[in-house]
Amino acid sequence: MDLYLPIAEMSVNALVIIALGGLVGFLSGMFGVGGGFLTTPLLIFYGIPPAIAVASAATQVTGSSVSGALTYLRRDQVDLKMGAVLVAGGLFGSVVGSFLFRWLKSLGQVDVTIAIIYVLFLGGVGGLMLKEAIGALRQQRNPDGQPRRVRRHNALIAALPMKMRFPRSGVYVSPLAPFLVGAGVGVLTVIMGVGGGFIMVPAMLYLLGMSAGVVVGTSLFQIVFVTAVATLLHATQSQTVDILLALLLLLGGVVGAQLGARAAQGLPPERLRLFLAILVLAVAVRLAIGLTWTPRELFSIQLAVS
Amino acid sequence: MFVREARSASRSAGRSACGRTCGVPLFAALLLILLAGPLAAQPSPRLVTDLSQSRIDISYRFAGAELLIFGAIQYPGGRIPDEPPGIAVVLRGPSDPITVRRKARVAGIWMNTEALRFESTPGFYAVATTKPVRELLDERNAAIYEIGLQHLQLSPATAADPETTRSFQDGLIKLRTGEQLFVEQPYGVQVTDRVLYRARIPIPSAVPVGNYQAEIYLIGSDSKGRGRVLARSTAPVIIDKSGFERGIYVFAHENSFLYGLMAIAMALGMGWAAGQLGRQRG
Repeated sequence: MDLYLPIAEMSVNALVIIALGGLVGFLSGMFGVGGGFLTTPLLIFYGIPPAIAVASAATQVTGSSVSGALTYLRRDQVDLKMGAVLVAGGLFGSVVGSFLFRWLKSLGQVDVTIAIIYVLFLGGVGGLMLKEAIGALRQQRNPDGQPRRVRRHNALIAALPMKMRFPRSGVYVSPLAPFLVGAGVGVLTVIMGVGGGFIMVPAMLYLLGMSAGVVVGTSLFQIVFVTAVATLLHATQSQTVDILLALLLLLGGVVGAQLGARAAQGLPPERLRLFLAILVLAVAVRLAIGLTWTPRELFSIQLAVS
Repeated sequence: MFVREARSASRSAGRSACGRTCGVPLFAALLLILLAGPLAAQPSPRLVTDLSQSRIDISYRFAGAELLIFGAIQYPGGRIPDEPPGIAVVLRGPSDPITVRRKARVAGIWMNTEALRFESTPGFYAVATTKPVRELLDERNAAIYEIGLQHLQLSPATAADPETTRSFQDGLIKLRTGEQLFVEQPYGVQVTDRVLYRARIPIPSAVPVGNYQAEIYLIGSDSKGRGRVLARSTAPVIIDKSGFERGIYVFAHENSFLYGLMAIAMALGMGWAAGQLGRQRG
């Protein structure tokens, strides 16, 4: 079923895009991640112009995160105070990101920068997750071993001034630390069209030392706001949000997420984390290959932006 | 009957083109007079042209189109020559400045290193001819009329040696050809009874919108077998989004803030609805 996308200015097979959204939704429902890190590369691979893929993926992440955020809010698993600081950081970061994006575009280095960031972050996070998942599985096999203690304090972060109490998270930390975490994720949201949960969740756990119960809810809370602002920035600055593309992705995504959540119920969480780690690493390896192997086409065309 | 209709179509096409930019047709007319000058005693043939559609609407179902460009050759005194005529049909889209970049390996990573700016590159260019361009016209004439992908005047704006410029131009032409935005059909024009001609130009879904121009050249061969342009006719074509697609595009560009809010509202609404459904079922 061919459908012409008004902003991307090309015809796509609507069913393929819905299926793509469904696949990403299934994985995100199964693993509890936003899935933006899969949507953007898959859309670019399909032939959607990168700027439009990034902007529309951000819109899709807003939609796929909101029901999760509401669920956690209802269960009182969101630290609103910490969330507000993270959102403020995210808004700052997304504005910085949009300037950074324009600067990279004028240099012609957007694609390679996005790919390098992906390889570094996905490779790093995927490697850590794999290590942790394998450790957890091993510990299950011989339960006599001592559980490894998680270090809850980071000297650098403890040294930051103006400490505040965040009772829901159970931490006493300077708001600058979550502000900077939020800002970093905001930059990535605007440049790459990802929610950034795969970076924010480990940062909250290991850098800020927040209690595990509120981490996912608070991260989703931040993602909804920051991806919404990223959509607005892309829509007003470069008119790259394709509402039809986002709609198709969401149609598939919401169905896929329900199925994924159901599929995950039967599987032990350690095994799920192992699968997610392998998936993340696979994307990183695929992108690393794209960076280093001789490309089939050396030339690329960029329409001059006045 | 057919010829009379076609002629009136060609006349009205000429008028509407003059309404926008009178300079180009005037220049073309002058050129034709100059070319026809030495032949004053012997009146030259004329071309009449019509199109299957002078406006292509891009709607939500648009997956590409085909434009039929057809017409007839009017020979002076109705004398049809023995030689089959040479015809070149060009469809050209709006020109824009672009930057072409070339990747090279830097520390093991392929990234864009060199860039070359071209001031006027057509977003779409298709040429169909009765036989390959180099058999039809010599280099000079092909370059003057910009017939053939190799003869496009792309106006490189960055100073570079001719070899580099050439390789960037080839890269650009290869990319656009791959996207079906540049098309060369060496035997794409059919001629019937040496009088009627027609060409089908395929238009891909990723075609840029704007004012297009169809140019038809009658090319006669001289004693050396190489041709020169005997007659030329043009017809304007408009390619634009219509209906729902146009509405969204205009809304996104003119009320971008509201459009962004609408996109967010849609995403939030769908996500929320999905959550409700999941809760009911779960």
